Amino acid sequence: MLDCTSKEIRKRAGGAINPAKTCQPIGAMYAALGIHKCLPHSHGSQGCCSYHRMHLTRHFREPVMASTSSFTEGASVFGGSANLKTAIKNVFAIYNPDVMAVHTTCLSETIGDDIPSIIKTSEVPEGKLVIHANTPSYQGSHITGFSNMVKGMVNYLSRATTEVKKEQVNIIPGFVNPGDMREIKGIVEAMGIKYIMFPDTSGVMDSPLTGRSVMYPGGGAKVEDIADAGNSKITLALGSYASSDAAHLLERNCGVPEMVLKTPIGIKATDQFLMALRQGFVKKIPYQMEEERGQLVDILTDTHYHFHGKKAALFGDPDVVIGLTEFLLSMGMKPVHVLTGTPGGVIGATVGDFEKEIKELLSISGIDGRVKAGGDLFDLHQWIKNEPVDLLIGNTYGKYIARAEDIPFVRVGFPILDRSVHSYLPIVGYRGAMRLVEMISGALLDRADRDAAEEDFELVM
Amino acid sequence: MATAKAADLVFEERKDFIMTKGKQKKNLKCDSDSLAGCVSQRACVYCGARVVLNPITDAVHLVHGPIGCSSYTWDIRGSLTSGPDLYRFSFSTDLKEEDVIFGGEKKLALAIDELVEKYHPKLVLVYSTCIVGVIGDDLEAVCKAASKKHGIEVIPVQSSGFIGNKSAGYRAACDALLRLIKPDGIRLKKTSSINYLGDFNLAGEVWIIKNYLRRLGIHVNVAFTGDSRFETLKTATRASLNMVQCAGSMIYLAQKMEEIYQIPYLNISFLGLEDTAASLRKTASFFNDESITASAEELIKKETAVVMEDIRWYKEKLQGKKAAIYVGGGFKAISLIKQFREIGIDVVMIGTQTGREEEYQTINDLVDEGAVVLDDANPSELEKFMVEKGAHLLVGGVKERPLAYKLGVAFIDHNHDRKHPLSGFVGAVNFAREVYSTLCSPVWKYV
Repeated sequence: MLDCTSKEIRKRAGGAINPAKTCQPIGAMYAALGIHKCLPHSHGSQGCCSYHRMHLTRHFREPVMASTSSFTEGASVFGGSANLKTAIKNVFAIYNPDVMAVHTTCLSETIGDDIPSIIKTSEVPEGKLVIHANTPSYQGSHITGFSNMVKGMVNYLSRATTEVKKEQVNIIPGFVNPGDMREIKGIVEAMGIKYIMFPDTSGVMDSPLTGRSVMYPGGGAKVEDIADAGNSKITLALGSYASSDAAHLLERNCGVPEMVLKTPIGIKATDQFLMALRQGFVKKIPYQMEEERGQLVDILTDTHYHFHGKKAALFGDPDVVIGLTEFLLSMGMKPVHVLTGTPGGVIGATVGDFEKEIKELLSISGIDGRVKAGGDLFDLHQWIKNEPVDLLIGNTYGKYIARAEDIPFVRVGFPILDRSVHSYLPIVGYRGAMRLVEMISGALLDRADRDAAEEDFELVM
Repeated sequence: MATAKAADLVFEERKDFIMTKGKQKKNLKCDSDSLAGCVSQRACVYCGARVVLNPITDAVHLVHGPIGCSSYTWDIRGSLTSGPDLYRFSFSTDLKEEDVIFGGEKKLALAIDELVEKYHPKLVLVYSTCIVGVIGDDLEAVCKAASKKHGIEVIPVQSSGFIGNKSAGYRAACDALLRLIKPDGIRLKKTSSINYLGDFNLAGEVWIIKNYLRRLGIHVNVAFTGDSRFETLKTATRASLNMVQCAGSMIYLAQKMEEIYQIPYLNISFLGLEDTAASLRKTASFFNDESITASAEELIKKETAVVMEDIRWYKEKLQGKKAAIYVGGGFKAISLIKQFREIGIDVVMIGTQTGREEEYQTINDLVDEGAVVLDDANPSELEKFMVEKGAHLLVGGVKERPLAYKLGVAFIDHNHDRKHPLSGFVGAVNFAREVYSTLCSPVWKYV
């Protein structure tokens, strides 16, 4: 089934078939959930808010609270100012968050609502905050929206108030799962460095079941910490697409030097993350991290013959895909098709060039692969039909291709709608890399077992 | 604590939308716009239109707008097909900034051209999203031109998100269907051929009902829209009766078809033993045919006998449990109250996203004294009343599931994510089994 994809590749200009991205507002909503006691607010029709909450709920299997301006026909003719003002009043009266994080939608952007002016002329209770990000759905992707909301946090909250910068690091983790954020925090803690991570959805989107209903779970970056980020010694932006704009703004506004790193997926990127921490704070790498790295290397040597020369196709969000590509190459695999739905070089964004970066990685390993930013899964499926692969890595939507082409499939990224627990466990750091190795080798070896002739079916692999 | 505060308070403006049976005299307010700033569980016009039309299996469903609207609705309905699966692909014009500035008509025309060339569909449905309504693309004109150019049906669905709530989307979908239905002259007077409206073949439910009706000697001409195809939808006027399952989404179409084509309609419900049996009898009596009536009685007797032992077993286990219901439409809510009663469960809280006044009246007549009835509830309200009324189980959709779990309350999905058919006699057992397996799971011991 679902083999409605033709092998013959023709140029297309009329939009997307089977998208590998979604729109900005959901990224902004996810980022805002990473602030402690924050209610994300969708300034648009109520369907947008509903869809984003539904999609996030399906991925994280957690309640997702967010309010909406509930646009009607009137609002889209006369502007959404009255709706937003009423919403601000109602949200604080009833849901009582510390922060309300407003993001726009294609509708409110097109009718041209001036959000800062509306916020300024709204009744915001003493001690409460309203922040905002412009997230037009017709630009970029959900990653752009995430980046824009993190930028909004810096813009509204971060201030340089001390003369001397504090011995603390800002970590902007990017659009990753709470399990990844926990792992990154664990690494920085192991290094003995004081840190501020924002956004931080751990403790929010992976909150425990207590039998009590909690509107705002205990996790999330605290407003005072995001404010204090202006006083930090350095900002590490993990993943250029989701994190570098905010880091850049923090440098410009508060004089905190920025360092843009890859999302620490795999051994090399995690090494670089640790090195950056060590250099910034003159710390020794603790034995715990050395041990984890050693274990990972041990695992990789134990298993390298399973992976060597295997062709892979991967797709997903640019920062994660860049990290994964590098890791697969270090395992001896050949990522011959690499695609992201997020366009490269978005208007107004300062992020780099996905295609160039991946091609450079591939060329070092002598691989001539197909690479595309702003692509869709129809593209990817066609590539695979023309050059088959041994493994597919991507979000849930990859399952159609995996089934049609009968390829082992490893689920990584956002969204994953058909499997659970993934959001609790990391893919970053040395331990995340171990998990990736387990998932990838599990998929490849399960397939080998399935396909093995009776006489070739082996106990020890 | 903030939570407690939120739960204690109910918006002053929301008070007319909530009532407790036995306490108020006036009718529940419903069918209004949601309050700005509410954490509403409601969706938009596009969502309503898309869920109704999406089960048409051989159509290209092209979403004209930025990518999101198409991404979020990609194959989420769980409607099964007996053949074509083009409807499970996600097509979007993926509008960009330049399209918003200069208009998206050209890109739309191009998208239709490319998709027609690639898939040769007989029907393309073009959904309008919020932004299309604002930038002023002439969907009608583009579709008309494309229709002429390719010699196929290209039908616009006027579903800009902001023009109302999900109900308005149902209407937009019905309007699109009405354009598709044209009398083909083969109208057979008083045949035993019917259309089955408002079943989307989730987990294969249409197939169960079709089978029942076949055993009665009644032919299902076409189902709207579960497992339907272009050619069969076009023949809708050949039927002598429209049976309406999901009234919320399809009553408008039934009324219009009565008005235009003089095809009468019957409201029926195949949820629960009681309603299933009643609906089969109602259908049989419409035809006033002794053999159909006899077949109906035989089927009811036989199928009831098959499931009764199971139902009794579940009833014994579930007796005395309390359920809360929050679903899309009023029609489903009404059937659920009765269905819960069949397995010994009382409904203590019940709400819908888009229920209508007469449906709320029926709900109010059915529930026990003290039950809370609410329209367009937000999560705080759902939590407040579930806790207050001591509900053991919530029935709802995607967004309600984790709300229930966090409270240590069991949950079943009676929406797109259902995994077993819940229609007919067999569905009643599946329903009881699902209720039992969530309510009686050992996991709740650890909460």
